[in-house]
Amino acid sequence: MATLELNNVVKQFGQVEVIHDISLSVNDGELMVFVGPSGCGKSTMLRMIAGLEELTAGDIQIGGKKVDHLPPAKRGIAMVFQSYALYPHKDVRGNLGFALRHAGMPKAEVTQRVDAAADILGLGPLMKRRPSELSGGQRQRVAIGRAIVREPEVFLFDEPLSNLDAALRVHMRVEILKLHQRLKSTMIYVTHDQVEAMTLADRIAVFRDGVVEQCGTPLELYKNPANKFVAGFIGSPAMNFIDSNVVNGCAEHAGQAVINMPDGDSNHAKVSIGIRPEDVRVKPDGILSGTVQVYEHLGGEAYLHLLLQDDQNLVVRTDADSAYRIGDTVRFDVIDSKLHLFGENGVALPRQLTS
Amino acid sequence: MRSNPLSSMAIHGVLILYSALALFPLLLIAINSFKSKKGIFRDPTALPLGELYSTKGYQSVLANGDFPLYFGNSLTVTLISLVLILLLGAMAAHGLTEYRFKGNGLLGLYLILGIMVPIRLGTVALLELFVKLGLTNTLTALVLVYTAQGLPIAIFIFTEFLKSVSGEIKDSARIDGLSEYRIFFEVVLPLIRPVIATVAVFSMIPIWNDLWFPLILSPGEETRTVTLGIQQFIGQYTVNWSAVLAALTVAIVPVLIMYVIFSKQLIRGITAGAVKG
Ligand SMILES: Nc1ncnc2c1ncn2[C@@H]1O[C@H](COP(=O)(O)OP(=O)(O)OP(=O)(O)O)[C@@H](O)[C@H]1O
Ligand SMILES: [Mg+2]
Repeated sequence: MATLELNNVVKQFGQVEVIHDISLSVNDGELMVFVGPSGCGKSTMLRMIAGLEELTAGDIQIGGKKVDHLPPAKRGIAMVFQSYALYPHKDVRGNLGFALRHAGMPKAEVTQRVDAAADILGLGPLMKRRPSELSGGQRQRVAIGRAIVREPEVFLFDEPLSNLDAALRVHMRVEILKLHQRLKSTMIYVTHDQVEAMTLADRIAVFRDGVVEQCGTPLELYKNPANKFVAGFIGSPAMNFIDSNVVNGCAEHAGQAVINMPDGDSNHAKVSIGIRPEDVRVKPDGILSGTVQVYEHLGGEAYLHLLLQDDQNLVVRTDADSAYRIGDTVRFDVIDSKLHLFGENGVALPRQLTS
Repeated sequence: MRSNPLSSMAIHGVLILYSALALFPLLLIAINSFKSKKGIFRDPTALPLGELYSTKGYQSVLANGDFPLYFGNSLTVTLISLVLILLLGAMAAHGLTEYRFKGNGLLGLYLILGIMVPIRLGTVALLELFVKLGLTNTLTALVLVYTAQGLPIAIFIFTEFLKSVSGEIKDSARIDGLSEYRIFFEVVLPLIRPVIATVAVFSMIPIWNDLWFPLILSPGEETRTVTLGIQQFIGQYTVNWSAVLAALTVAIVPVLIMYVIFSKQLIRGITAGAVKG
């Protein structure tokens, strides 16, 4: 178990810089999730931590020790890949024990560690099978087992569940969470699925285009996103953004004051109001209104896709027993204390809460 | 795919027909090798029974004490060339697909250019080169030429296959602490085993059958290969057909054996296309 420090890490592929000066620290025993859209540099970052990719600048420390010049095997890490990366010509036992045997560990100890890992992951009955004779979930379990037997200081997961179907993904997510609670080791988990990020993480680092936009606990990111990108990325369905003009210290929409601007803030003429679908209350005397365009019923809850008066869109959660038809006009209120304000550059404005 | 018995029968019919077509010349050689010259010309398709049967061909081949030597030469050249082609080809393909370096694409193109340029076009230059190196009438010359001849296609096939193999398994091996060489031998080679068999069979047959280079580079008594050795039965005025056919029949045997060894893998290599773990 160890801490992990990234200091001013930069990565260029040829002339293209894909990681711009990222500094980040992961605490001992923490499960840190890197989340972000495709191509933002999550895998590259992870591969640099693993030692599979060289740093262009900056350094990486694991357990307080600089590891930049150590080969992957000497860094005390283990990595689980999206494609499982099992050795196809070895059976499960062979796959699990390969690294240890290669490192010259005595046979008895290898067997003991492999059996222990197989026990944790329920691989016992599968030990003699080849990877091609396993299901996706079983293969992923073997891949995780292969990481466990090495007893690494830091676990690295690169989208380990993205090849699995939805139900299995949820199941394996829970397994990984249990594993983390059991091993209490430092883990870094890469995903582009924000639900996975929210449920697994102790802390989340949101990546975009090679920079970390924000890093914090899932709830921090949900409640206080630092900018529009994080706000839109965390939470499902995504936060709505309503463009709005500032009139007399009030952000308004369709001539209706929605929320007061922070005290003394007179720099902004236009702002985006961030409204989460779950922070809207539909009621007959609401001050705002829109027309129903789509009505999604999910059983336990329902979502209205509204077209507001000035042609902006808003997704609203309602209770499941309401019934709407397309074209209905719906009136609603927003919960002031839960609104977010973003300046024209996308950065969140500090808010003065109105009661 | 479930097929009804009728279409299955049709498929097998076509396959049997094709097999017969492919096997017919070989069978003809084998049959006629057990006949005397007269027997061959009187009735080429008849089975070697009764008075047609004669082992004169085999006798003259065996009486010629040099044939084991020719066989040894052919086997040596073929096997060494094959090993070199497979090893160097797989290594080159691994290097081209796995490592990023300047000129990677150009080097790859250069290495497979030989597919389009027949090596025989360079015969004169090759001969000059080997004369200068003092390698004429050696098996080494043949091995070098055949390795050069087989490499482009081998590199091409291996590269294409390795491109389809996920790089993550190699990274995983790296994290497991394997050196780059052991990654090649313990991870990459097992991955491409079916393709190795395919390339082996495709490379082996032209080498074994080649007459051109032995004739030009190593015609000496000591370094003759089987194909060249057989030529001694083909005189300017008379051809000892029984002996030629007998020698050819014997020459097919090693190829058959190697084919049987590789065939299981070969079929997997052709049909599977990829071995995803
Ligand atoms: N070997 C490489 N050579 C050149 N560019 C690369 C290389 N590997 C990655 N990149 C580039 O670096 C950027 C980040 O890639 P990376 O694989 O880290 O994205 P990611 O966040 O993991 O995305 P995904 O969610 O799709 O896996 C991309 O723009 C990609 O094109
Ligand atoms: Mg990735």
